[in-house]
Amino acid sequence: MTLNSLMPVLPELVVVVGAMLLLMFGVFRGEDSTPIVEAGALVVLAIAAVLILMQPSAPAELFGGSIVIDAFARFFKILILIGAAAALVMSMPFWRNHKLNRFEFSVVVLLSVAGMMVMVSARDLIALYLGIELMSLALYVIAAIDRENVRSTEAGLKYFVLGALSSGMLLYGASLAYGFTGTVSFAGIAAAAKSPSTGLVFGIVFLFAGLAFKVSAVPFHMWTPDVYEGAPTPVTAFFAAAPKVAAIALFVRVAITAFPNITLSWQQIIVFISIASMVLGAFAAIGQKNIKRLMAYSSIGHVGYALVGLAPGTAEGVSGVLIYMTIYLAMTLGTFAVVIAMRRDGGQIEEIDQLAGLSRTQPVMAFVLAALLFSLAGIPPLAGFFAKFYVFLAAIQGKFYALAVIGVLASVVGAYYYLRIVKIMYIDEPAQRFLPMPKPVAIVLALSGIFTILFFVYPGPLVAAANAAAKSLF
Amino acid sequence: MMTVPAFFFYLFSAIAVASAFMVIAGRNPVHSVLWLILTFVNAAGLFLLVGAEFLAMILVVVYVGAVAVLFLFVVMMLDVDFAELREGFLQYLPIGALVGFVFLVELVLVVGTWVVGPGIASAIKAPIPNAAQVTNTEAIGRVLYTTYVHYFQIAGLVLLVAMIGAIVLTLHHRVNVKRQSISSQNARTRDTAIEVVKVKTGEGI
Repeated sequence: MTLNSLMPVLPELVVVVGAMLLLMFGVFRGEDSTPIVEAGALVVLAIAAVLILMQPSAPAELFGGSIVIDAFARFFKILILIGAAAALVMSMPFWRNHKLNRFEFSVVVLLSVAGMMVMVSARDLIALYLGIELMSLALYVIAAIDRENVRSTEAGLKYFVLGALSSGMLLYGASLAYGFTGTVSFAGIAAAAKSPSTGLVFGIVFLFAGLAFKVSAVPFHMWTPDVYEGAPTPVTAFFAAAPKVAAIALFVRVAITAFPNITLSWQQIIVFISIASMVLGAFAAIGQKNIKRLMAYSSIGHVGYALVGLAPGTAEGVSGVLIYMTIYLAMTLGTFAVVIAMRRDGGQIEEIDQLAGLSRTQPVMAFVLAALLFSLAGIPPLAGFFAKFYVFLAAIQGKFYALAVIGVLASVVGAYYYLRIVKIMYIDEPAQRFLPMPKPVAIVLALSGIFTILFFVYPGPLVAAANAAAKSLF
Repeated sequence: MMTVPAFFFYLFSAIAVASAFMVIAGRNPVHSVLWLILTFVNAAGLFLLVGAEFLAMILVVVYVGAVAVLFLFVVMMLDVDFAELREGFLQYLPIGALVGFVFLVELVLVVGTWVVGPGIASAIKAPIPNAAQVTNTEAIGRVLYTTYVHYFQIAGLVLLVAMIGAIVLTLHHRVNVKRQSISSQNARTRDTAIEVVKVKTGEGI
């Protein structure tokens, strides 16, 4: 193996080495170095993104085919880097306001990004597991990073215990899949698994249960509301963005490349968790008073919609998932920018009714949030409508009519709680003003607002990139 | 006439099963951990018998040397009243038995349809490299740092995250802690260290 053969994983190496250099810098300079480490982490993410964009479009295999750098992996790596960078940018003013100066936060985020990049490139069960563990362990740490706060500690502990359980299930499934096919590589499993044997189906069920936990799909969603509510808000924004996107990518790659000949065995699992997630996400969010909890249920529902695209197991469906996750990422980051900006002198505000009359106190913020909420509900011509359109279209083409119909019904129910917030902002009597929005947060909100509102003008590049990425799996 | 390997197999496995039983039967948690260590050592002996000396050594080093010692630390440092924990334990028995039964049925179903992959039989017959010429420690070493070097590195990163996490979440920088200062200790002279006090007779200091 020569150094030259490592070129395809250069972005990963940049992230990892960058994380270690920043860690050493932070350790020697102490807590004062936090702003420099944060800026350094953003630079590392930007360099990695540029390197990924410069990579040749032909797929590259490394380490005996256990890591593959194809258009699919590159697409998701860019999304992951954007999600992590946005969360880091929004976290900077948040930590200042809360007197939490921890340079380790940026370092741990970088390492979790490295784990996600391994996940989306993984093409065998061992790389899959190691990527998931690297990501998850970092996430447990940052969930509890506000260690003086009982809620944050509880969120970290809860996430850790349940995450360990899900890793156990995933490993059990992986070992069954290995035992019944004699190989860990996805391509090898696909070749060996021509017909479903009971043991292999058992393995798929456990494997998918572990993955469903990581994407927080029903019935493995229980941790999500508690962790999202307890973790510091920028950490929640990060959780809802990058790791979810990476886990969905892994889910798609495992289903499509490892089990293409026995689609009937896993389609029913996907259809079930997709319907359950959409329905629970729509109904459970209605009664929520805390906006972070509401966003948790909203993200559960959105995972359900994204999985609708995976159910047919076609290239159109996968392309729909990619478009869905891109738009979901933009909408979620924008919404969390507003949640982070909900501050008064007394501290962070999380109650939804405190948004009352925002249209009169802070009209621009209210307008962008309203647009994001309309988009999350899936109302045309905003981006969220197109996201749902592509996945439902793929489901109908794949003859999953019931799935598509239930999805549309669930999004009608979901629209109720999104629009309720708009009603609170525009019709109710104004509550007290929030403190002015910090600049970095405003930038994230503006970018995501522009993307969401103007997506319909020029959707071509994203759709073309998603189609090309989806093709690389088939 | 029993052969030597068979004798050791029955010896190790009998002790392993008996001490495993003692782990859950013991009333004193410290005794349980000690029985657990005995189980590990005997399991390592069983691995040795089948020629997996690397696994045997890892079992002793990692499980006895690290995990069991960690258990002992936790059991001894946390003053947990295990008798109290066990109170009302039996009330979970029906549901536990039910779950266990379902799991057993599922396992039987799985094992009942066990199929060996088509390539496995020939793969076992011709292990690479030849087991007669290379010890399995060496065989693992040959691939661990070459073919699977990326797994090794990623696992290292996982450990790095674990270390950072443990430090971030538990290390408190306290003020007013008296720490050892080696340079000032070495810089001490007779003049700075010793003070001559004139004590009046019968009064003390």
